[in-house]
Amino acid sequence: MNGFIDFIMGPMVWISFLVFFGGLCWKLAAVIREIRETEPYIFTYLTLFHSLRSIGAWLIPFFPRSTRQQPIFYGISYVFHLALFAVPIFLSAHVVLVEEAFNISWPVLNDGLADLLTVVIIAALVFFGGRRIMVPEIKFLTSAKDFVLLSIVLLPFLTGFLAYHQVVAYRWMTIIHILTGEFMLIIIPFSRLAHMITAPLTRAYTGSEFGNVRHARDW
Amino acid sequence: MENKTMEKATDPAVEAGLERLTRDRIINTINQVLEKETGARFKTYVETCMRCGLCADACSYFLSNDRDPSYSPAAKVKQTVWEMIDKKGDVSKDFLRRAVHICHLECNVCRRCSMYCPFGIDIAYMMLMVRRICHKLEITPQYIQDTVNSHSVTLNQMWVKEDEWIDTLQWQEEDAREEFENLRIPLDKRGADLMYSVIAPEPKFQAGLIYQAAVMMHAAGMNWTMPSMPGWDNSNMAMYTGDNEISGRIARTFYEKAAELGVKRIVMGECGHAFRSIYDVGNRWVSWGMPPFEVVHALEFYHELLTQGRITIKEKYGKKVTLHDPCNVSRGRGLHDMARRVVNMICDDFVEMTPNREHNYCCGAGGGVINCGPPYKGERMVNNRVKAEQLKATGAEVLIAPCHNCHSGLEDIVHHYELGMEVKFLGDIIFETMDKKVYKGK
Ligand code: SF4
Ligand code: SF4
Ligand code: SF4
Repeated sequence: MNGFIDFIMGPMVWISFLVFFGGLCWKLAAVIREIRETEPYIFTYLTLFHSLRSIGAWLIPFFPRSTRQQPIFYGISYVFHLALFAVPIFLSAHVVLVEEAFNISWPVLNDGLADLLTVVIIAALVFFGGRRIMVPEIKFLTSAKDFVLLSIVLLPFLTGFLAYHQVVAYRWMTIIHILTGEFMLIIIPFSRLAHMITAPLTRAYTGSEFGNVRHARDW
Repeated sequence: MENKTMEKATDPAVEAGLERLTRDRIINTINQVLEKETGARFKTYVETCMRCGLCADACSYFLSNDRDPSYSPAAKVKQTVWEMIDKKGDVSKDFLRRAVHICHLECNVCRRCSMYCPFGIDIAYMMLMVRRICHKLEITPQYIQDTVNSHSVTLNQMWVKEDEWIDTLQWQEEDAREEFENLRIPLDKRGADLMYSVIAPEPKFQAGLIYQAAVMMHAAGMNWTMPSMPGWDNSNMAMYTGDNEISGRIARTFYEKAAELGVKRIVMGECGHAFRSIYDVGNRWVSWGMPPFEVVHALEFYHELLTQGRITIKEKYGKKVTLHDPCNVSRGRGLHDMARRVVNMICDDFVEMTPNREHNYCCGAGGGVINCGPPYKGERMVNNRVKAEQLKATGAEVLIAPCHNCHSGLEDIVHHYELGMEVKFLGDIIFETMDKKVYKGK
């Protein structure tokens, strides 16, 4: 058992991060290579200015019209995405682990706040799942895969939360937390969760088409 | 508007085409297009779409059909592309019958949804790829296919013969000369400053528009010309059926005509789709990143004539007007603000419709939808109820639509929903209000 725990807290962490970063880089490289080979015209229309303008416009909360028409969804979505990155990176328990291993550290989130943000993440995921069932136009697009993806993101946060509060089976919770966290990292590059890297690409292209060719705005 | 379960209309060309298909041909064609004719861009769109449904609110079809989920932009992709990919092209004829309908009649390729998707996914592009597949399977709706056949044979959309074209121009010139001495419609004048080009329905049904344009050119003292040979028609229906080869031929002939005449620039009539084909699409197919000529939409040209004082307005138009922003010149070329300046220069009483500018709803006719013809007209009216509501809310008497497609589509809407509006081109109003002084050349 201890051997297993050592494995998932040691080599497996390395493997997950390698797959995560490596996978995303590979994905990016694959897209760029394919564009070069089959659709080089894309580079003709892409401009840095219009790409950044479009990405920037969409990063400003409630600036694009569509975000104002769906304030609840977008409100939750903005907070969700922020917390999704902030909690794992700035959680004191995580930072301590990194410090023990590499002797580097960075500022941490106050534990209470991190706890609250975790609840926000869990609630947001439940909300996303709920709207998939309740809103007809989203239900129409939804398949089992969407719920699997939501669960993959949900599990590490849920188990982390339970482990932190030591509600049930602390040791087991921690193990599941680590495993599901690693699993999430590994799966990201190979699933639609890779939108963390492809979304800026599609946005950049659309932004360039709109701005550079059509002299119009895309938000 | 009830009757949701009714069979969607179809037409003989689609049915006969489906009849001829074999399973092998379906699989091979779909895979050929998806693997060889699309690439990273298409794949990334499909992989990035989070099925979040946020694009739904962009689409006039979805809104007009009481938020029926099957009309949301992503739903159109789901019911066509996703399934083709999942089944590796092995789809049924019933599936294809539905797919033809979705890509040709339930999407105006207006790109409004790109502005509502957080990732800017270009659904219109994907629907055009589905049309490409339908084209290769030979199941394109009859009426629009007929316009492509016409393009293919005559290089214009309406089977206008060469002599008919020249006759029409001469007839308009003759008529105009009764009022304006010295007025000319110069044909094939080499080295003219500008080539004026129109869509084939103008000589066929609306020759008066050419008359109006000639009077404006005359009053403004422009050094202009029109080509007498094929290449004069700037429309391109093949672009909308996915017949890229013919679409390319049309675009190439058009540019070559302008090059032969050695003109400095091309001025287009008031047609949005024609503008898209010359400014945005045809050039790409013949490998020009941007068009090799300055391509100017009528609306820009009017703006120029009015601001430079080449044309003066005697008395502004008095009726209450509103302006429809054609997707292909607003979202497609950013001309919406200029359009407002022109309207304000010629009209007294202008009221906005909402949403407007880049956010305007399509007229419901665009993207080749109206060109699929009478079998589908009833549906088109149902599918564009939001436009009727939007128009009605303005309380305007006159609706300005600086695009031919929009014009026809909006006229249908105005009749169907009994809005009692008059639909006009910008050119109509300028012609009515301008000082038609006779320009004395040297
Ligand atoms: S391109 Fe226009 S018509 Fe087509 S799905 Fe998008 S919003 Fe609807
Ligand atoms: S808004 Fe964009 S990501 Fe969401 S379902 Fe529509 S196309 Fe897909
Ligand atoms: S017909 Fe007019 S409104 Fe409709 S797509 Fe074309 S330009 Fe847009």
